[in-house]
Amino acid sequence: MMRRLFIGSVWLYFALLLIGPILYLAVQSFNEGIVAFWNEVTKPEALHGFTLTLEITAIVLVVNLVFGTITALVLVRQHFAGRTMLSGLIDLPFSVSPVIAGFMLILLFGPETILGTFFGTLGVKVLFAMPAMVLATLFATFPFVVRELTPLLQTIGTDAEEAARTLGANEWQVFLKVTLPMLRWGFVYGATLTVARAIGEFGAVLVVSGNILMLTQTATLHIYQSYVDFNYVGANAVALTLLAVSFAILTVLELAKAKAAATVA
Amino acid sequence: MNGGQTMTTHALLQLALRSAAVGYVSLLILFPLAAIAHQSFVGGIGHFIQDIATPQASSALALTLEAAFITTVINALFGTLSAIVLVRYEFPGRWFLNALVDLPFAIPTLVVGLMIAAIYGPTSILGVWLQQGGVTVLYNKPGIVLAMLFVTMPFTIRSLQPVLMELEREQEEAAFTLGANPWTTFWKVTVPSVLPGLLTGVFLTFVRALGEFGSIVIVAGNIPMKTQVASVYVYGEIESYNPQGATSVSVFILLISFLVLILLERLTRPPGERMPRWFRWSKRPLSIIRPSEIG
Amino acid sequence: MKIEVRGLTKQFGSVQAVSGVSFQVKEGELLGLLGPSGSGKTTVLRSIAGLETPSGGDIYIDGKRVNDLSVQDRNIGFVFQHYALFKHLTVFENIAFGLKIKKWKPAEIEQRVAELLQLMSLDALEHRYPHQLSGGQRQRVAIARSLAPRPSVLLLDEPFGAVDAKVRQELREWLIRLHDHLNVTSLFVTHDQEEAMEVSGRIIVFSKGKLEQIGSPAEVYEEPATEFVARFIGAMNILEGRVLNGVVKIGSLEFPAPNLPDHVSVQVGFRPYYVKVSEDPQRYRQTATLRHIYFLGVAYRLEIETAEGLILRSRMNKEEFRQYRFEVSQPVSFAVTHFRFLPQEGMPFPSPTPPQLLDAGPFTP
Repeated sequence: MMRRLFIGSVWLYFALLLIGPILYLAVQSFNEGIVAFWNEVTKPEALHGFTLTLEITAIVLVVNLVFGTITALVLVRQHFAGRTMLSGLIDLPFSVSPVIAGFMLILLFGPETILGTFFGTLGVKVLFAMPAMVLATLFATFPFVVRELTPLLQTIGTDAEEAARTLGANEWQVFLKVTLPMLRWGFVYGATLTVARAIGEFGAVLVVSGNILMLTQTATLHIYQSYVDFNYVGANAVALTLLAVSFAILTVLELAKAKAAATVA
Repeated sequence: MNGGQTMTTHALLQLALRSAAVGYVSLLILFPLAAIAHQSFVGGIGHFIQDIATPQASSALALTLEAAFITTVINALFGTLSAIVLVRYEFPGRWFLNALVDLPFAIPTLVVGLMIAAIYGPTSILGVWLQQGGVTVLYNKPGIVLAMLFVTMPFTIRSLQPVLMELEREQEEAAFTLGANPWTTFWKVTVPSVLPGLLTGVFLTFVRALGEFGSIVIVAGNIPMKTQVASVYVYGEIESYNPQGATSVSVFILLISFLVLILLERLTRPPGERMPRWFRWSKRPLSIIRPSEIG
Repeated sequence: MKIEVRGLTKQFGSVQAVSGVSFQVKEGELLGLLGPSGSGKTTVLRSIAGLETPSGGDIYIDGKRVNDLSVQDRNIGFVFQHYALFKHLTVFENIAFGLKIKKWKPAEIEQRVAELLQLMSLDALEHRYPHQLSGGQRQRVAIARSLAPRPSVLLLDEPFGAVDAKVRQELREWLIRLHDHLNVTSLFVTHDQEEAMEVSGRIIVFSKGKLEQIGSPAEVYEEPATEFVARFIGAMNILEGRVLNGVVKIGSLEFPAPNLPDHVSVQVGFRPYYVKVSEDPQRYRQTATLRHIYFLGVAYRLEIETAEGLILRSRMNKEEFRQYRFEVSQPVSFAVTHFRFLPQEGMPFPSPTPPQLLDAGPFTP
């Protein structure tokens, strides 16, 4: 009896909060027919948005994987003053509102600041351009790779690496042939979360991009613009496309989880 | 190659890696924080208070705190229930629901806003029905809470699940053999063991809800004094070139978030440890959350 | 009788974990339940505690049937393999837990815990948390916690399984001394035959959910009631053969079996120290080649191979070993001085057969 009640309420909770809204959006997107949907998704503005989002995501993914790995290694394997401080800083983006994150970048790179003047004289446009959008997305996604790798690095320890060294492997070989393969599911997981967040990032990018049509308008910004312009079909169509990507991401996450569990066991 | 040389190259490599990590984190996280702190100091404490005390700002802050609080309570209740059901019960669709929990992490928040606006809006049957019942969801508090609930849904569930799974049956059995009945055992053994997990989920929910923007900007609109939350207010101030007002409200929200996180650290510190983890020279890095445990 | 188990059976789904086990435990006894993992010994222990509900059979504690009593009401102390300490409580609070549940007065709790802290040498650690203790200390806290409410029976499930060898030895001695001191009836489960031998007054050997033998360590060792016990406890040479004209001939070895019918296949068992070996080929009746010499610290083990390819193990102490000058690959003579027929299923004679002496005398052509 209790069991039924519990399971029933959980189903209801999920239905009202998750399943219902998702299904309804899917239905709504095709309200005006599949042709309208297709036209909206293939509009130049929409295509430009997808491309820009893809570019930013690719850059962010590479930078995050490189620096995320380095940071995780330093955090777990090295002991130095300020290490715990560094660790605390890494978690910060989780708790900072995206709008505030974007605003902080504006304050940092604004025309009157040292950094702003510096890049200004170099002729590099940071704010309302690609660099700031990448930085904003990097800020939001930085913890993912690091926080996936640190516990893994702690669990696997250094035994296997030391074994490889006794077998004559140099540092680079140890890293490539031992450390990286052992971390692979952490990478998959961290990378997938990074991609998800990068594609979906809105608040920070909105603030630093200036939301300039066909120039700094990512897919999410394009959705926002369409919504504000009362083009609900357009907004929903692009949104549904991103939703499909989300489901693909979710599938990868679930598979990675299962694989990781299998590897550990 | 002799031992001395290897040591040196090794040390150099370590130093290089450490500099890269510290430099990168500084550039990405520390400098922006310093920028907003600096901006806040420029204004001074008087300005700060003035800025957040304006009717529009204070009502935005109050609305945000209220909605985040309601969200946290609902999330804690249903999150706990969901975690228990997903861990302890076998039923058709369990795998499906469990996989769905991660969805809010994969869906762009803006899309979340669109979804909620669509199904609970005035054009859908559900929206009309709710409207007739006297409940307006869109451009109203319930919409804000729904949006916050959606994006924070995984936190409680995902931080409780591992704790519930690892909960040693043996500890409960030990309590039984010492004469404790199931009720006493639940309160004295089970609850204290899962409390750190629950608190982590609940506190992170609150912090995440405070900062939510993408979904709320769609669902709540931007009606000053009525449905304008803090993050939307900050956005408005930025758009209208008022960095000072944006700074004060941002700093206020940031301070609350940090305080909540510090409190969380204090409450979930392993028993018997006096120093906060980030002051200690601990081997274990401070980890507030691990994404995969939550998302 | 302190504890009596009658016809205990336990079924987990389709798995028969315990089938028809009966035994008695005397007041003040320290009894070891020994068996490989999955033999049902832990299930028996947990059934006595009330942590498992038996599928059949009765359990008596102090002459009272306790089947329908809950764990809480059986007044037993239970020590878990992985300590199961309450992680959120200090050492003091862990030990006091049961006393608080039983509503002892604070002053009495204080006194009882202090007593146990001293008894278990945990004095300085009372304010520590479990994660701040070593494995051995944790298990001592777990024992103290189970003893605090003065249980009528102490049950320990693989109590030393989770600690390293050195600490395990210390804890064994602890348990023996503790038992001598408190004289509380104790049952402990182990898969380590050496540990069972050393600690227990009596041993119950389990295999596949059945009770194989119950007896003192010496009885179980010297007179194994079943083939399983013989193989499980200590090393034993076991050969198979058939009875023919009152003799079992295995290679050149002959074992008289006057009371056994012909054509029955039997197993012959003998401990390694009943295999005498000499470098002098004339000393004993049988010949073989020395294959390996193992140094075991207090003794030596020799592995010899007969011309027919039978491999036998022999054991001798250092003094004896020094009388010879053994070299690997050298021909040796040997004799089996004692042997027994191991009871098997479907054996036509009662088990166990008494040990039989063999003539070890010199080789006479």
